[in-house]
Amino acid sequence: MIAGALRDIVIVGAGQGGFQAAASLRQEGFTGSVTLIGTEADLPYQRPPLSKAFLKSGNADQLWLRRADFYEKNAITLVPDCRVNRIDRDNSTVYAGDRRFRYDHLILATGCRNARPPIQGLERALDLRTLSDARRLRTAAARARRCAVIGGGFIGLEFAAVAAGLGLDVIVAEQASRLMARAVSPEISARFADKHRGLNVDIRVGKSAAAIDDAGLHLADGSTVAADLVLLAAGVVPNAELAAEAGLIVENGIVVDEQLRTSDPNISALGDCAAFPMHDRGFRVRLESVQAATDHARHIARRLTKGDAGPYSAVPWFWSDQADWKLQIAGFAQPDDESEMLEDGSVLRFSGARLTAVETINAPKLHMKARRLFAETPAPTRAEALARLDVEERRRMAAGA
Amino acid sequence: MVQITFVQPDGNRTTIDAAIGDSVMQTALANGVDGIFAECGGAMMCATCHCYVDEAWAGRTGKREDGEEDMLECAASEMRETSRLSCQLKVSQDIDGLVVHLPEEQA
Repeated sequence: MIAGALRDIVIVGAGQGGFQAAASLRQEGFTGSVTLIGTEADLPYQRPPLSKAFLKSGNADQLWLRRADFYEKNAITLVPDCRVNRIDRDNSTVYAGDRRFRYDHLILATGCRNARPPIQGLERALDLRTLSDARRLRTAAARARRCAVIGGGFIGLEFAAVAAGLGLDVIVAEQASRLMARAVSPEISARFADKHRGLNVDIRVGKSAAAIDDAGLHLADGSTVAADLVLLAAGVVPNAELAAEAGLIVENGIVVDEQLRTSDPNISALGDCAAFPMHDRGFRVRLESVQAATDHARHIARRLTKGDAGPYSAVPWFWSDQADWKLQIAGFAQPDDESEMLEDGSVLRFSGARLTAVETINAPKLHMKARRLFAETPAPTRAEALARLDVEERRRMAAGA
Repeated sequence: MVQITFVQPDGNRTTIDAAIGDSVMQTALANGVDGIFAECGGAMMCATCHCYVDEAWAGRTGKREDGEEDMLECAASEMRETSRLSCQLKVSQDIDGLVVHLPEEQA
């Protein structure tokens, strides 16, 4: 695909990834039209602070990715409050009700929405995904005394830390046997469980929610947790229906190749909704992170303007702020990858002899070293990892490792 | 209002009226200054808001925050004595007239 052939690029989804795709297309010198369509009324904004700084401050001015005049200056047509409901691939057109947008290339950045497990009275629970969710949650938290959080993942735990800091009673019910089980090692899960208990958060693992009513949250084991605020934070599902209905391949998200193209080469997908091949690892993943959204966006923009961007191979990284702890993850580990705890409490993850991720708490130096290691060494061995990360001096492994 | 001047790698200068309490990073983004990405939104996670404080201002913008140096060491452009993450530079009356230089690369 060459730049000259593309005139109109349409981006569906105006979150961090959609925004970045639009901005990067202009940075790369794309001169055709760029249309950025989002379902929300506000300007594109950052989501990570919604469960952190915004919950405390309520200040939305700090959230906008750019001010309104940025879109004008860069000739990006921002279409807010608009839900695309159909892709007509034969005519290269997307439809939103009676509005239509023709494209030469389409970028799907539709993100995720909260998973809604079968819990009776679930409509009483609040969500924390969008800015309007966060505004509603702030108002409710100001009136609440006891919060129950369904789900001990990043969002649930970040909220729990803020709510505990506001002096509320908080309980977190996690269905799995440990916190953040999909994303971190058992060792890091355990450290965070202790941390939250130290904040007076009542952490209950292996507990699924059954019903919500006036009394609060009822767990499947028959116990009841008194609560005047229930937050649903039980994971997300990718918004992939639009792609599936258009006949694109969907399997835990919109399937893309190493160029981030869907099964239709005129359509790319990025960020939370895209299942992409993890470079050199032989499997596909879907990552819910700012890093994946922005790195995907830049890669697609480069390919569309320069014709080729090579295979996508950016190093995944992630962070979560919970009270005064900053968790940072470099690389990508699968839940059953082995783990080794270092003396300072950081954890190295391995798949066989290969280092797959480094998990740290309040250790930015080690985190950045790990990112650099992954960027420079495609498949670091245990020996390389230990040498490059200066593990010698903190070599004492956790008991039993 | 406090004035801050951003100097692009090609020497191009933009002077902005900054709001007290904002960070230099937020000032740049709000005014469409190229060359500051700020992907993590000021969480000191990404080192894509790297800037060099003008020599004339050396020592007048405070010390680096905990962890800032570790991030700067991994910034896309070389770290110098004058390197800061602009998300950690708060706009105040004390830095009226500040000049910062933007690096060649942020990511």
